[in-house]
Amino acid sequence: MAQAKAKYLTLEEGFFAAFLLVLAFACVIIAGKTYDQVMAFHTSIGALFAASGAFIIFKNYFDDGGVDIPQEVGGKPNYNLGPIKFGAWAAVFWGVAGFTVGLIIALQLAYPVLNFDLPWTNFGRLRPLHTSAVIFAFGGNVLLASSFYVVQRTCRARMPGRIAPWFVILGYNAFIVIAGTGYLLGATQSKEYAEPEWYADLWLTIVWVVYLLVFMGTLWKRKEPHIYVANWFYLAFIVTIAMLHIVNNLTIPVSVFGTKSYILWSGVQDAMVQWWYGHNAVGFFLTAGFLAIMYYFIPKRADRPVYSYRLSIVHFWALIFLYIWAGPHHLHYTALPQWASTLGATFSIMLWMPSWGGMINGLMTLSGAWDKLRTDPVLRMMVVSVAFYGMSTFEGPLMSLRSVNSLSHYTDWTIGHVHSGALGWVGYISFGALYCLIPWLWKKRQVYSLKLVNWHFWISTIGIVLYICAMWVSGIMQGLMWRAYDRLGFLEYSFIETVEAMHPFYVIRAMGGALFVIGSLIMAYNLYMTVRYGEAEEAETASGEALAPAE
Amino acid sequence: MSLWKKHEIFEKKSFVLLVGIVIVIAIGGLVEIVPLFYLKSTIEKVEGMRPYTPLELAGRNVYVREGCYLCHSQMIRPMRDEIERYGHFSLAAESMYDHPFQWGSKRTGPDLARVGGKYSDEWHLDHLIDPRSVVPESIMPGYPFLSEAKVEDREISAHLEANAVAGVPYSQEQIDNARLDLRAQADPEGNDVDAFLERYPNAIVRDFDGNPGEVTEMDALIAYLQMMGTLVDFSIYDDKANLR
Repeated sequence: MAQAKAKYLTLEEGFFAAFLLVLAFACVIIAGKTYDQVMAFHTSIGALFAASGAFIIFKNYFDDGGVDIPQEVGGKPNYNLGPIKFGAWAAVFWGVAGFTVGLIIALQLAYPVLNFDLPWTNFGRLRPLHTSAVIFAFGGNVLLASSFYVVQRTCRARMPGRIAPWFVILGYNAFIVIAGTGYLLGATQSKEYAEPEWYADLWLTIVWVVYLLVFMGTLWKRKEPHIYVANWFYLAFIVTIAMLHIVNNLTIPVSVFGTKSYILWSGVQDAMVQWWYGHNAVGFFLTAGFLAIMYYFIPKRADRPVYSYRLSIVHFWALIFLYIWAGPHHLHYTALPQWASTLGATFSIMLWMPSWGGMINGLMTLSGAWDKLRTDPVLRMMVVSVAFYGMSTFEGPLMSLRSVNSLSHYTDWTIGHVHSGALGWVGYISFGALYCLIPWLWKKRQVYSLKLVNWHFWISTIGIVLYICAMWVSGIMQGLMWRAYDRLGFLEYSFIETVEAMHPFYVIRAMGGALFVIGSLIMAYNLYMTVRYGEAEEAETASGEALAPAE
Repeated sequence: MSLWKKHEIFEKKSFVLLVGIVIVIAIGGLVEIVPLFYLKSTIEKVEGMRPYTPLELAGRNVYVREGCYLCHSQMIRPMRDEIERYGHFSLAAESMYDHPFQWGSKRTGPDLARVGGKYSDEWHLDHLIDPRSVVPESIMPGYPFLSEAKVEDREISAHLEANAVAGVPYSQEQIDNARLDLRAQADPEGNDVDAFLERYPNAIVRDFDGNPGEVTEMDALIAYLQMMGTLVDFSIYDDKANLR
């Protein structure tokens, strides 16, 4: 292991530094030439971020003289934890922010005066901010952080690269900042869950390719003969999201100096591409990625092996093969040909099997350790999360049937369904992972207070129950009111009467949301105290942390 | 050798696993998406459909920017209650020039696919400025700022051109005169109206927001709302021609 000062930047450092400098320069030129204010703002941020990135690379090189980072310290792999620590805290921050925006828009639906009639505070701009903040900012950071942790641990190898992992995590969060501020300022391409405009999409594509390379690179370096199950799911998530992102966002910018672009697809084709993307954002971002978390964190926390290895093989391939077909069930009775939406529904029904295969595999991992549910609220959170997964993957195929969908589509039932999956499954498995990850990363024995985890669990569970019950009632009620006829054969309700009837449920939903936000604040406090005052774990070995760059 | 043993190749060779995943996830999308570019019912041509006028396109961009699609669908399903409430079910052809589509997925407010011509310009103006002044129970946000914002039309030709690249049949003449046309549509007294109507037959020329001085985003949005779903004449539409 060479400890001598390297004469030059490594190829990697040089490449990233050059790329960031060129990018900063391009941003400055665009900022100077554009009269689109949003573009000027975003390119200024871009120039600032890119230039800071290049500066940090050079600063690090001159500070530590480009000393090689040891791959092993004291016979143990020298894991790269810095980017993971950043990702974990970014997840906590974005989570609280995203849930809060959700609460605000829930209140706006109950009390429209809260829109304030300003451009940047109206529901239409805040709603994408909420969905992107929770899915991509909160969920995305959980996935990035946990995947970097899991892939290193299960491969017993340090992630390759000294800049690349940081580039991924910081670049991804820069994307979030660009996307989020863009929504508030009115830059959107209006494709649900793919709202960021063309330049943000391009940036994310670059970050994502580097992410794939870092992940694959760690697999190539692995010391274990087998690739662990969780990594199959992470890999499927990374690859599929790349494919979906690129195809769904193919767009023609009006000019490089403006934010606006026009999607290449139109009408029916665009609808199909959008929901092929949209449903698989659920299938691969919010399911495959989080199943990977389940496959690592539940066995680890319960101290049991995964229930059935063969089941994980079968349900992995079945899940990723079937999920991709399910998209058109979002388009029943539309101008999309019926064969396509029926095909989507058929595969949605079949999808029930691999979904529950995953649930069974997760739950049964606890066999022999069920008593831990009483004593360990973190494990309980993760197990309840898997139960919510089972519930919403039961509800989903049901709602994909044509007859059910004719009632449920366009109503709050869909919103309730999404939230039982998002709050219950994705939220809880993420909270569970964070409660595990943060003590591990900071070498603490346990979270600061298990009692507070308990409070978090119960407050937010009540919140979720209020939320989804309110949405079931309002959704089914509104669907029935739209199609109600009076004795003379006229439509019984005007549209606005059905809106009025929603009010009490919108209030209850907002209350549920408020409880969920309170829960997340308790978590943030608990995790902060863990890092600050948590009881230190007996040191296993001297860690090589001090040598990791840019920490 | 058992099947489980054979699976080991995926567990031991990361590149094989990667290729396996790519193949497995590609199939569904290919089967469902590719035919839509060939099937008659999805690429049907229906009489009356024309590309958006520059003012309507600008209005549509306001609609997109403000996230209207999050609460309003533009897709009437072929069910008795929807047809009675909103009008003829939506055709694939009616969104053929929509980049991107605005079908929506939620009806917090009513469907807008055929809202064109149902209300007066004044109603839309009042409703957009303060929804509760005309519908007391409404929960829609107000958009008073649209009346103050002038339409950004410096690059409108480039907008038409980008649409043309994506397949919307704008003629070179339409692209070249886009800025002129945008203003002509909101200025019924102007000299360019005839030329505009020649380029976009059947388009509505009105001062939509009652403010003749300038072309505002309110003009654009109301122009868009007032043409929605009005292009196809269903009294002469042959609904057997493109059975889906």
